[in-house]
Amino acid sequence: MKNTKDIPLTIKETQEGLLKKKFSAMELVDAYLGKIDEEKDLNAYITICDDEAYKKAGEVDKLIANNSLDFSENFPLLGATIGHKDLFLTKGIRTTAASKVLNGYVPAYSATAVARMEKAGGIILGKTNCDAWAHGASGENSDFGPTKNPWNKKFVPGGSSSGSAVSVAAGLSLIATGTDTGGSIRQPANFCGVVGLKPTYGAVSRYGIIAMASSLDSVGNFGKSVADVETVFNVTKGEDGRDSTVKNAEFIKPKGKIKIGIPKEYFVEGVDKEVAESVIKVSKVFEKAGIELREISLPHTKYAISVYYIVQPAEVSSNLGRYDGIRYGNPRADFGAEAKRRIMLGTYVLSAGYYDAFYLKAQKVRSKLIGDFEAAFETVDAILAPVSPTPAFKLGEKASDPLKMYLADIFTAPANLAGIPGLSIPSGFNEGGLPLGFQLLGPRFSEPVLFELGKLYEKETDYKAILPNL
Amino acid sequence: MVKLTKEDVLHVAKLAKLDLVEAEIERFTPQLSNVINHFSELLEVDTGDTEPTSQTTRLENVYREDKVAVEGSLSAEEAISGSDKIHNGYFKVKAILEGRTDK
Repeated sequence: MKNTKDIPLTIKETQEGLLKKKFSAMELVDAYLGKIDEEKDLNAYITICDDEAYKKAGEVDKLIANNSLDFSENFPLLGATIGHKDLFLTKGIRTTAASKVLNGYVPAYSATAVARMEKAGGIILGKTNCDAWAHGASGENSDFGPTKNPWNKKFVPGGSSSGSAVSVAAGLSLIATGTDTGGSIRQPANFCGVVGLKPTYGAVSRYGIIAMASSLDSVGNFGKSVADVETVFNVTKGEDGRDSTVKNAEFIKPKGKIKIGIPKEYFVEGVDKEVAESVIKVSKVFEKAGIELREISLPHTKYAISVYYIVQPAEVSSNLGRYDGIRYGNPRADFGAEAKRRIMLGTYVLSAGYYDAFYLKAQKVRSKLIGDFEAAFETVDAILAPVSPTPAFKLGEKASDPLKMYLADIFTAPANLAGIPGLSIPSGFNEGGLPLGFQLLGPRFSEPVLFELGKLYEKETDYKAILPNL
Repeated sequence: MVKLTKEDVLHVAKLAKLDLVEAEIERFTPQLSNVINHFSELLEVDTGDTEPTSQTTRLENVYREDKVAVEGSLSAEEAISGSDKIHNGYFKVKAILEGRTDK
């Protein structure tokens, strides 16, 4: 591959190129690693693993030389280059959670998602930057420095899976993994103009993924098309015997005339005009394609942030309790400011005298939020909504005011609280040249419906992924 | 209005086993008060007959056979590979008991 501009943008293009010998997997890895190096100032990666990348590329080239392969069956990710969020344990490769506490930690085993993607023929390139412990909506809480938005480096890429979104957006890897606890896949996907999936809670194993908030964490991925994100989901989903919340569910398939609901509470004051208008424009695309639109109401939406910022820090304070600096990692003094804040907040809402007022109350309002979605899904198959109230904001803009930063999660956190899937899809750019997009939400285990709708949107708009001019 | 005091913050830090420096205490005290005050909006929601949710997919307890899975288990060496403070295959920790003083 002579020019990094020739890097393929989808799994299909990659595999066709490999099969037709337009390039080898070795050349592909050369091109990607070269590009990662060229775009170092985006700070998308914490660790690059060239040894592992070339080794796997060699295996892929050998497989292609020796076999006539049925890719879709045995190696759905053959040749697909991967950036793993640095929350995913990778055997023998440093895994930091973007925190100094784990600086130098090398895991003895790999996450189920990592192992399954490798087995499917994927090539790991490195570990992507993120907000430390996945705490943040901007990428600025990383102990390894903030990641920058490839469409405008003065802006944040969103978070917490900042490096993964940037890696895919800037063509530093074909696909990338992420975790979504309150929007950490959908929001950076939205800010960077790529597709991001937050699966149903319990659809993908969390084994080997550093825990943030265990009743909310879900394991998903990024790609430049809905089809690619679907392929990765199909590789990673399902029981592994190591995460008891995972079940091999009966997925809801699209059938008959699909109805999409538009929640009025997601178009309120404080939502950027261009964001709101772009989502309405998307709804017209669906309408034109024969989808019925309905206005719906999710009345408890406004309470989602309070519920989320009680339940989540409570679970964070418990999950980060294991970092004692004894068996691995460094002492607790090495936690950054945001981790300390969340540990404190969580410890406070769980402490004697406050548990009922905060934690128990939040769990009850959580039931109300779930009730909103259940009522909505009695009349519609999916929900169309903005991902974030605004497009990407400037680096530093919200960094000193935690509450302001937390409020940015208002349209993403409800899906985590309800355990339902969400698919974030790009829809163009605002006047300032920053990406716009929308999210589709569905009932638990309705991913196939969301993929169908996402692909329909791409088809109707003749969507083609583009790379930023860097 | 909740207004956390320095003592409140120090108490919570102790529960969470965090040693905070003075500058952190000063910064966290108003920030945490601010966030906790935001939570008061939840009082508007009538939850009189609402059950709390802790698990969203309604899973019942999941059991497995009480059997060691050989495949995927870590060796003793792998299990201690994350620390350099090792003695005879064990983690070294600080003493939590002191010698008897009554003898």
